[in-house]
Amino acid sequence: MAWSFYPLGDSAVLVEFGQSISAKIHKEIRAAVHRIEQDPFPGFIECVPSFAAISVFYDLAALRIPERNRTAFGHVCSILRDKLMPTGDGQHAESTRIIDIPVCYGGEFGPDLGHVAELNGLSEEGVVSIHAGGQYLVYAIGFAPGFPYLGGMPDTIAAPRKKTPRLRIPAGSVGIAGSQTGIYPIETPGGWQIIGRTPLELFRPGDSPPTLLQSGDYIRFCPIGPEEYRRLRGMQP
Amino acid sequence: MSIRIHKPGLLTTVQDLGRTGYGKYGVIVSGAMDRTAHRIANWIAGNDDSAAALEITLSGFVAEFDQDHWIAITGGHMSPVIDGRDVPMWRPVFVRRGSRLIFKRPVSGCRAYLAVSGGLDVPVVMGSRSTYLRAGIGGFEGRALRAGDELPVGQGRLRALAALTGDDSFYAVSWTVPWSVIPAYSSNPEIRFIRGRQWEDFTLHSRQAFAESSYKVTPHSDRMGYRLAGPSLMLESPREYLSEAVALGTVQIPADGQPIVLMADRQTLGGYPKIAQVISADLPVMAQAAPGGHIQFREVTAREAESLYICQERKLKRLEMMVRLKLKEGYHVRGGFKL
Repeated sequence: MAWSFYPLGDSAVLVEFGQSISAKIHKEIRAAVHRIEQDPFPGFIECVPSFAAISVFYDLAALRIPERNRTAFGHVCSILRDKLMPTGDGQHAESTRIIDIPVCYGGEFGPDLGHVAELNGLSEEGVVSIHAGGQYLVYAIGFAPGFPYLGGMPDTIAAPRKKTPRLRIPAGSVGIAGSQTGIYPIETPGGWQIIGRTPLELFRPGDSPPTLLQSGDYIRFCPIGPEEYRRLRGMQP
Repeated sequence: MSIRIHKPGLLTTVQDLGRTGYGKYGVIVSGAMDRTAHRIANWIAGNDDSAAALEITLSGFVAEFDQDHWIAITGGHMSPVIDGRDVPMWRPVFVRRGSRLIFKRPVSGCRAYLAVSGGLDVPVVMGSRSTYLRAGIGGFEGRALRAGDELPVGQGRLRALAALTGDDSFYAVSWTVPWSVIPAYSSNPEIRFIRGRQWEDFTLHSRQAFAESSYKVTPHSDRMGYRLAGPSLMLESPREYLSEAVALGTVQIPADGQPIVLMADRQTLGGYPKIAQVISADLPVMAQAAPGGHIQFREVTAREAESLYICQERKLKRLEMMVRLKLKEGYHVRGGFKL
């Protein structure tokens, strides 16, 4: 395994594991984040993983830098090099979660479903069955609290972003942008093609952890009707 | 004990030093834009670093104190006035109940910090009292302040003594924070940077332009980022990058070639190429650059950036100790009265 270390300014190190999106790299990243968090070094603040990199944030003034490491960056890199090395025995065994996300496709909840279908020469039902037919790996959470960066959407339902972004996209909206799909956890402006909406709340500030989805989860989209949407929406606290 | 907001001004939010540890869930850090001014305000008010204070943007803020309070005002100079008299900044000020604090007009910088002894007593959400506007959590009801809001204040360490003020509505102690630790706010600051991860991917011309031209701070700048206008910066060959974490002070270049400096409310991950990174030591000055001003970037090495910050932190630690000592000594006032 080869890692590349880059300074992300003077208070973070970015460790690059590769330059592609792959489940293998993702797994290595999760294991490395786990090892760093289990045994944090003095000055450690947090790890923020993404598709193929981990950024490790630290408090520059709280590091204990030995003489031989002239810079804080060098010091943190040498700590991380040790921690990145898989230990074999200490591998954390985690169960893989598969989370079902009920989605009401089309209609008022998915105003762009027809457009996505037309672009790809499919019927609306065709788009839904392809979108809901797969299993998606949550590579990272970012952009907004609980927003999943997903891998695994078939290109057969890809659609470019809207030329003019909508000013308000409701929380729970499920969208497509290029060959990516995702769910907006909070109301925000955005340019994705909205094909449906989930009644589930992805951001849960009172819970620990505060998000329904976490990096490493698999999700499946399950089509539901508007009545089921309203029933589930009403059931939530 | 509370502070009543009569006018919130352009944007006033409750902030502390931010919400860390939740980046992997997509939860942004938030926190004070000018962390140095925020911390100093808290020390002067007898609080810890982590206490919540108000971040007040530009002018138009009016508030009333319903109790006697020790307060401190730091950061950008917004001409604070109580009952017609200028309130000195960067020192403890005792305000009488019923007095009204008005921020008249910006003189330097664009964000003032108002700390109250005891701190603003809003609920802690995920380890912080900072307002996260877009998610509607933290701070005061998860939003910017509005006229009529009553902000609760915690129990402070500094004793309130009405005898200090006589007939006046406030009393300011005679000592102040030394100028040498106050960030050098300027409308046209020089901001130092180190190279960003994709520095080499930009054309030579773009790299030179970034380091040598001055960039205007546009009115589209906010707590999320400073949008700058100047020579367009282009990649040698356009390409897409995988999204990865960004940091406070990351300078990213979207397709239009105009730099955005990411600030307190930056999102956790970003996909634009990063040409540079503002050094930590210069972030307080960056945070006070007002729209219309110009920024001149200057490159330093990573080692210089680190030692500048460590040196600045040492100075601040010394200041914190000095302030605590002063507060213990008491406030020398007329008639030799102490508390």
